Amino acid sequence: MTAPVLILGATSDMGRAIAHRFAAQGYPIQLAARQVSRLEADKADLQIRYGVAVSLHEFDVLAVETHASFIQELPEQPAIVICVVGFMPDQKACEQDLSLALEVMRTNYEGPAVILSLFANVFEQRGFGTLVGISSVAGERGRASNYFYGSAKAGFTAFLSGLRHRLAQSGVQTLTVLPGYVHTRMTEGMKLPPLLTAQPQEVANAIFSAIEKKKDVIYVRPIWRWIMVVIRWLPEPLFKRLSL
Amino acid sequence: MSSPITHRGYLQQLCGWGRYPVQPCHVYCPRSESEILQLLNSGLPLIARGNGRAYGDSALNGKATLQMRHFNRLLGFNPQTGQLIAEAGVLLADILELFVPRGWFPLITPGTKFVTVGGMIAADVHGKNHHKEGSFVQSLDWLDLLTTGGQIHRCSPSENRDLFYWTVGGMGLTGVILRAAFRLRPIETAWIRQTTRIAKNLDEVINLFEAAQDVTYSVAWIDCLAVGSQLGRSVVMLGEHATREELPAKYRQRPRRTPRRRKLSIPVDFPNGALNALTVRAFNQLYFLNQQRKAGQSFVDWDTFFYPLDSLLGWNRIYGRRGFVQFQCVLPLRTAREGLSELLHCTSAAGAGSFLAVLKQLGDQQGYFSFPMAGYTLALDFPVSQRTFKVLDQLEEITLHYGGRFYLAKDSHLTPMCLRKSDSRVERFVQVRNAHQWNVHFASEQSKRLNL
Ligand SMILES: Cc1cc2nc3c(=O)[nH]c(=O)nc-3n(C[C@H](O)[C@H](O)[C@H](O)COP(=O)(O)OP(=O)(O)OC[C@H]3O[C@@H](n4cnc5c(N)ncnc54)[C@H](O)[C@@H]3O)c2cc1C
Repeated sequence: MTAPVLILGATSDMGRAIAHRFAAQGYPIQLAARQVSRLEADKADLQIRYGVAVSLHEFDVLAVETHASFIQELPEQPAIVICVVGFMPDQKACEQDLSLALEVMRTNYEGPAVILSLFANVFEQRGFGTLVGISSVAGERGRASNYFYGSAKAGFTAFLSGLRHRLAQSGVQTLTVLPGYVHTRMTEGMKLPPLLTAQPQEVANAIFSAIEKKKDVIYVRPIWRWIMVVIRWLPEPLFKRLSL
Repeated sequence: MSSPITHRGYLQQLCGWGRYPVQPCHVYCPRSESEILQLLNSGLPLIARGNGRAYGDSALNGKATLQMRHFNRLLGFNPQTGQLIAEAGVLLADILELFVPRGWFPLITPGTKFVTVGGMIAADVHGKNHHKEGSFVQSLDWLDLLTTGGQIHRCSPSENRDLFYWTVGGMGLTGVILRAAFRLRPIETAWIRQTTRIAKNLDEVINLFEAAQDVTYSVAWIDCLAVGSQLGRSVVMLGEHATREELPAKYRQRPRRTPRRRKLSIPVDFPNGALNALTVRAFNQLYFLNQQRKAGQSFVDWDTFFYPLDSLLGWNRIYGRRGFVQFQCVLPLRTAREGLSELLHCTSAAGAGSFLAVLKQLGDQQGYFSFPMAGYTLALDFPVSQRTFKVLDQLEEITLHYGGRFYLAKDSHLTPMCLRKSDSRVERFVQVRNAHQWNVHFASEQSKRLNL
């Protein structure tokens, strides 16, 4: 029996796709999100389709004080933890309502960093496991159109990078996933360039093979690596004048 | 998180499988029942949409089209009874991929597997076994419907019976189907034992059908350009689920595995007019010569037998950018021979050759508003043009004359008048819709066009 894959943020489109990908491979699945009742249907679905064991776990990424007990209460420690949690409301709304901005920063950085830190300690001691964080290309340079989200993801990317550095000799893999645009509820209805936009399924496949290949950082669509090189290196005076 | 995600829709050019008409629609893609409820409470009349395989405008609503594809989970399966419980947005193709290897097949299936459970119920689809086993409702144990007032009703032949029978075949106009339980049949193998017969004319086809009452699956492809004594020339295909015993030795080892079919996709629109009388005639000739060679018995995998067109992904683009319309009617048994002959005359005389002409025998129907009735159903495709609309007018006239009715899942052309003349059940449907205020909450471009 393989140890399970834990998905944090399992009600999201990406979370669902990832659960399917790993269940299809025979992994038992632990789905975690707020209001686990919303996951009952997914549990049945994964069991019928793939015949794997599925368990549901209440998890609120913002309730950081509960994270340690969340981990303790898991019936079994996972082999792989994938943190898909993310929150991207309208930037303009965040500028007006700083409590919303705060929520963005906490949901995209503080919460994920805390839970993965706690898992890191468990995994390090145990000597194996994989930690996966879904960050964002938005974290590679702050832009007027979504810098609350972007800065939190920047923090998360840096956190993952540091964590990987620390765990390098421990047998624990840390994977940073930079998806670029993805067709999810977050981006629904936006006009996204088809060449740069992935389906949740693609993200799931990319994560699966990156874990197999022991990768550190992946862009789901490779073209994003080059786009981000350009965007990162644009001189600030020029960057300021672009609307991105 | 404290802030609720406000539900937004977005504007998209939408159409049915025939790519006619095309209509800008506000599309909503809910992930939960509460999001559907929110939308319902906002007061917009909305229509649910499955996988857009209805040909015309029945799954379009400019103000609010509810894309159900995120409701795509399987909720339960009982291997004793074959009962599958599935959310409305589950694709038949997914069910097949999963369950054929496990020895199960849907009791009723339409001619494409790219339809959703909700779409099959809303149209109460029929298959090649309708004469023997009925339409989708026959395999349906219950469904959950979200309707006026925001309530979810469990509907079945014994619970909320009227709502159940108005919803099957109700084209999404009674509410939003959320999930349903229906039965699969056990199969020993994934193969169909097919018998192919050639009929020289319409009389022969019908005689073949009449003689094949007990055969589970039957269908005929008509060459609708054939005229005179050859009018109605057809290839008739009869099929049964093959048992393991019957299979040729090479398939018997793994009888529920079939070779994967190659998928071709049509990458671009054909130029308008590419399908003219000449190319269609050539196609039909080739097809007939080919089938004539194959007449007799053979073993065909389920995918090829039931879904011959699905391997040509996007074949609707063959008809060019203007799109196409399908005409499908059913004529009662007593007038079928005469009526069909006139329909085919009309088609071939117009030279508006149809790529696809399919004839099936239908049996009795149960749904209050379902399409089938005991008789014969004919389906024809035409590229969209002014001339086509004239032909459709004529075909509709003929259908009315012979006491037939029309399939709403294929329609984009009927008028309120014509529909009412064809079907005495329409008035009752409208009354019930008004009485329960379904008309306030559920509407499609089709229901507006037809005053339903
Ligand atoms: C190649 C081809 C072959 C076909 N062969 C057959 C055949 O042999 N027999 C047959 O009967 N039909 C046949 N059809 C028609 C097809 O089966 C029906 O149109 C079916 O309804 C399409 O399902 P869909 O999920 O794509 O629904 P859509 O086209 O998206 O919607 C069709 C109708 O269902 C309603 N609907 C969809 N989901 C819901 C829901 N969740 N709740 C309430 N209403 C809903 C819509 O409002 C609409 O009125 C064929 C179509 C094609 C393209």
